Amino acid sequence: MPPANWDLRTPKKQSCPPLNQHTASGEGHSNTRQIQATMGSPVHRVSLGDTWSKQVHPDIQSERHMQSFDVEQLTKILDGGAQNTALRRKVESIIHSDPVFSLKDNYFMTQNEHYEAALKKKFHIQMLAQRLGWSEDSRELGYAYRSLSGDLALGVHNIFLKSIRSLGSEEQIAKWAPLCNKFQIIGTYAQTELGHGTYLQGLETEATYDAATQEFVVHSPTTTAIKWWPGGLGWSATHALVQAQLICSGARQGMHAFIVPIRSLQDHSALPGITVGDIGPKMEFDHMDNGFLQLDHVRIPRENMLSRFAQVLPDGTYIKLGTAKANYLTMVVTRVDILLGEVIPMLEKACVIAIRYSVVRRQFRIRPSDPEAKILDYQTQQQKLLPQLATAYAFHFLASSLLEFFHRSYSSILDKDFSLLPELHALSAGAKAMVTDFCAQGAELCRRACGGHGYSKLSGLPSLVTRVAASCTYEGENTVLYLQTARFLVKIYLQAQESPGSTSQRSLPQSVAYLTAPDQTRCPAQRAADFLHPEHYTMAWAHVATRLIKDSAHHLQTLMKSGADWHEAWNQTTVIHLQAAKAHCYYVTVKTFTEALEKLESEPAIQQVLKRLCDLYALHGILTNTGDFLYDGFLSGAQIDVARTAYLDLLILIRKDAILLTDAFDFTDQCLNSALGCYDGNVYERLFHWAQKAPTNTQMILKL
Amino acid sequence: MNQDLRKERAAASFNPELLTHVLDGSPENTRRRREIENLILKDPDFQHEDLNFLTRSQRYEVAVRKSATTVEKMRKFGIADPDEIMWFKKLHLVNFVEPVGLNYSMFIPTLLNQGTTAQQEKWLLSSQRLEIIGTYAQTELGHGTHLRGLETTATYDPETQEFILNSPTVTSIKWWPGGLGKTSNYAIVLAQLITQGKCYGLHAFIVPIRELGTHKPLPGITVGDIGPKFGYDEMDNGYLKMDNYRIPRENMLMKYAQVKPDGTYVKPVSNKLTYGTMVFIRSFLVGEAARCLSKACTIAIRYSAVRHQSEIKPGEPEPQILDYQTQQYKLFPLLATAYAFQFVGAYMKETYHRINKDIGQGDLSELPELHALTAGLKAFTSWTVNAAIEACRMACGGHGYSHCSGLPNIYVNFTPTCTFEGENTVMMLQTARFLMKSYDQVHSGKLVCGMVSYLNDLPSQRIQPQQVAVWPTVVDINSPDSLTEAYRLRAARLVEIAAKNLQAEVIHRKSKEVAWNLTSIDLVRASEAHCHYVVVKLFSEKIPQIQEKSVQAVLRNLCLLYSLYGICQKAGDFLQWGIMTESQVTQVNERIKELLTAIRPDAVALVDAFDFQDVTLGSVLGRYDGNVYENMFEWAKKSPLNKTEVHESYHKHLKSLQSKL
Repeated sequence: MPPANWDLRTPKKQSCPPLNQHTASGEGHSNTRQIQATMGSPVHRVSLGDTWSKQVHPDIQSERHMQSFDVEQLTKILDGGAQNTALRRKVESIIHSDPVFSLKDNYFMTQNEHYEAALKKKFHIQMLAQRLGWSEDSRELGYAYRSLSGDLALGVHNIFLKSIRSLGSEEQIAKWAPLCNKFQIIGTYAQTELGHGTYLQGLETEATYDAATQEFVVHSPTTTAIKWWPGGLGWSATHALVQAQLICSGARQGMHAFIVPIRSLQDHSALPGITVGDIGPKMEFDHMDNGFLQLDHVRIPRENMLSRFAQVLPDGTYIKLGTAKANYLTMVVTRVDILLGEVIPMLEKACVIAIRYSVVRRQFRIRPSDPEAKILDYQTQQQKLLPQLATAYAFHFLASSLLEFFHRSYSSILDKDFSLLPELHALSAGAKAMVTDFCAQGAELCRRACGGHGYSKLSGLPSLVTRVAASCTYEGENTVLYLQTARFLVKIYLQAQESPGSTSQRSLPQSVAYLTAPDQTRCPAQRAADFLHPEHYTMAWAHVATRLIKDSAHHLQTLMKSGADWHEAWNQTTVIHLQAAKAHCYYVTVKTFTEALEKLESEPAIQQVLKRLCDLYALHGILTNTGDFLYDGFLSGAQIDVARTAYLDLLILIRKDAILLTDAFDFTDQCLNSALGCYDGNVYERLFHWAQKAPTNTQMILKL
Repeated sequence: MNQDLRKERAAASFNPELLTHVLDGSPENTRRRREIENLILKDPDFQHEDLNFLTRSQRYEVAVRKSATTVEKMRKFGIADPDEIMWFKKLHLVNFVEPVGLNYSMFIPTLLNQGTTAQQEKWLLSSQRLEIIGTYAQTELGHGTHLRGLETTATYDPETQEFILNSPTVTSIKWWPGGLGKTSNYAIVLAQLITQGKCYGLHAFIVPIRELGTHKPLPGITVGDIGPKFGYDEMDNGYLKMDNYRIPRENMLMKYAQVKPDGTYVKPVSNKLTYGTMVFIRSFLVGEAARCLSKACTIAIRYSAVRHQSEIKPGEPEPQILDYQTQQYKLFPLLATAYAFQFVGAYMKETYHRINKDIGQGDLSELPELHALTAGLKAFTSWTVNAAIEACRMACGGHGYSHCSGLPNIYVNFTPTCTFEGENTVMMLQTARFLMKSYDQVHSGKLVCGMVSYLNDLPSQRIQPQQVAVWPTVVDINSPDSLTEAYRLRAARLVEIAAKNLQAEVIHRKSKEVAWNLTSIDLVRASEAHCHYVVVKLFSEKIPQIQEKSVQAVLRNLCLLYSLYGICQKAGDFLQWGIMTESQVTQVNERIKELLTAIRPDAVALVDAFDFQDVTLGSVLGRYDGNVYENMFEWAKKSPLNKTEVHESYHKHLKSLQSKL
């Protein structure tokens, strides 16, 4: 339940600087005030209200002394404007001041307890949203989810509702949406099966129309057809949106969506013909009851087939009603929304934790006469962490600009001009694959860069790692997605080849225009400083991507000329297609980042510090793939060495701003929920305190 | 058995049993290993609960119980040989994690190595019988790999002839020791020895921490579990804080250094032997890395032969996912790596035993190289395997994320290997130090031997450059020896670059240490290249030793794949220094694809040859019989989460949610 004084507190928050409850409650002190003064922003980061934490650790404080840029200003840029920052902080203050939303005991819970807590939170946030007037797609609710770090149950309920809205007829929406909104029914989206994942057409679940009763008979014919993985299916859902092969009048009509009631609305027991349960423990997501569903000739009324785009008439006649293409954009947007709202923040958080820890942790001496050095001062540690930080920033600008582009494309799609769709699809598929791939690897790198303590769940890193790892598989398996991008690239390339100089060439989609741009055979950069020119490294990436796409297309054509059919030839060349798609995505990211920088001219200090990250991102990619750049002599061995020098110099420069760059993400301590990553840097005290609270110390007794 | 797996096995070009003999070292070893494994499989006392369904506290309890039966049964079966103990425990403990593990792996060996005869008499027998359970407390909250930074103090009080142990700061609290949290009643504590007002550095002390009988922490001792971790759920890693805690003088391990009753400190005679334990553990970890990757490959490859998905050609049935080139490209290089590391692990073990004999006879000449090599290879293999297990998991798609796949478990229990027994980056830099020393030695005119002898041939090291003769113009990409040569050249080149950059920084920075730090990325690269060369070399040298032609042929393909895949991944290094040409790199890429096709029919047989029992794999996806889906369904139904049809939270929360909104 919300605290009784909710209504009193909320308006008060609006009228005073947000989130200064620690200072207000008498826990402020000179250090925090000083920071408040220098940052010009509220001191909402200190100490989780831990009474023992009276001081910011000097090793982290010293990192914030010299500010080469305005951190607060960078935060506002990342938020997309000062109003957003203010709104976000206001929402965070509401969330964090409510004990129901506390993540404090998260690391000590069983799967059951996680689920229960997540349900409670979902319930609570729903009440809160209603009370404060936060609508489902509002910024407020988005910020609330961000500060809750995703630990809510019934996440798929919303997907259920959205699917009905996009696939259902007006009558269906009118019938089901209010029930969903009031949680009178709880929905899940059941697509994947035990034996079938990404490949939709392979699903086995059948929905056979029985004209005699005007019902569909929904059935799982085999073990492999059992629905497997849907979130919320295990214990929560009363209704499932089941994807099944439609069979009517004896003909198979492909995949369609059906609303299938699975649990009693009276006592929540499974309905006849339904076998449903939880799929058992997973790597992470304990709070989510991923489930299985076996359907044994379950009958549902004809009206339960979602019928915006196809319909089965009472007599069993199947009618198509236009194309779902317009819906496609929504899916593409959702995919990138998830990157920005869920995936990239996980890498950002991992960077915050690892980098803050790395300025507090001291190990070895660099010089025998010195005290033990901060581990962030080791070149090898910088090499591990700073490229991850650069990647997090690069992805932030990539995803933001993609979203902008998608929204701009909206009007043409609404005008039924679908010509942009292939490019949007290729961009979102490639971005999803690359971002999740790199974020998963990056978060794990951050975890390991924290040594032994990164292995403790209390660091917060293991759960970040396992969550972001899951994103590589859901919403489309990454290899499959990369290959979808590759298919688009090959097609575009071959088109451009067929009609050199013609008009079609000039109308190449924006993101692949470089394929026909004049290409240099040698990189002109000579000195280290030359490698910090965006046009040089952007050109280098464009060159490599072009070459790989060209190569992959030629490989494909060669195989086809020697008699292989297209499909066989495609499978035999996928390794190189994969490489080409990856290089293309890297290029797009570098290009987008440089374009984003150009817009920051009014903020020269921020522009400078971000440009270093952009340079690092581009050069890091070149240096980890030197083979691709040396291959045709675009770069010489000597140039690689020079690029490496430029890269090493960048590490030293970025090192100085590393803490500020992580502060700028503006994650609250509550949301980080990490003993290693708190703003105050009091790492060891917090680890010790948290460990003592563990049930293993309060409950567990040895029985030999 | 699943039809797909049956077909795969029937189509293999070789008999996996013969390859198993190679991996075990001999048919006799295979026989004996299976004999021991069968003891466990057939014994009803070794009931295997599915750990995935237990809470951490329950897992801990099971592990403690298992440790107790293990001690009892091994005595009964007469299992004493270290290898046999390992086979036994592997099958029984699955994760190889046991709360009393450190009693055997650290407490007793340290007592034997560093304790006097009197001390051994006092504690050895009771710790072997588990009457006292010891652990080894070294790392502290604020201090890890850098031993000299430890803060715990042991101050001698001549009046009472006692040491006073203290944890003076938060950062000095002992943190991480396995078995410390709940299980142990004794710990060997590493502390800074202070006597007569002077600090003599780190020494080891036997410290009782819990009362015999009641198991309660003794006064002055704060001890507990450090909380939940990524993996190692069965282990009670602990913390230990000591406040003016007194132990008798006799509790300092005094075989080498001593403190006399009056407080006089007696220096140890030089003690290089402790090096030996470290070398042993690190070389063991190389073998462990190989076994963990072999498990992950077994699961991912079997599952990929059972799983059907999508289409290669429209209209045809869904193919086994192992037929996709991308899936082969993900998995087969890892399979090749698993084999490579298996042979490296075996080599390390042999070498350790050989050198150990020399050491026994007072010959320490080979120790520095072995020490450098084990450090580097421990890091090289554990980094590679860490990424590879995760790649295997991802290759299983969504189901890899479920604990029923067994892969999350393998990953989380393996990944600490990158950190413990020497953090990997630190290990790589230790190897680099040896490489730099060897480089300098050659530079000053002395030849070096062993794995680094290639440094003798560096063109720049010669009085008269003979570049043409030294750098071969053509690498034969079908010859393991020629590929070894290519890796050798790459290693030599990278060592040389690191050495030169280091020299340049030394001149520029006027401080060796700062220069070292500013060259460390190059130094790590050099060590990696060195280790990569060693692995390729050892794998290549293994091939001609295989008698059976059919086995030799398939291993040769794996060896080529391992070497060529590495070249493709590090193509820049091979191109930059002209070790290979652009067209050769193209050929390498083509050849890799051919090898994928060649290995494909033998893939399942190659993982069968690792000869893991299903219980060791702990995976529904990796079952020998391939009946994946039925058993996944059974597994999920067995989960305690499905005990009741309606979850209790329905009444608690869902109902009220529905009524209030």
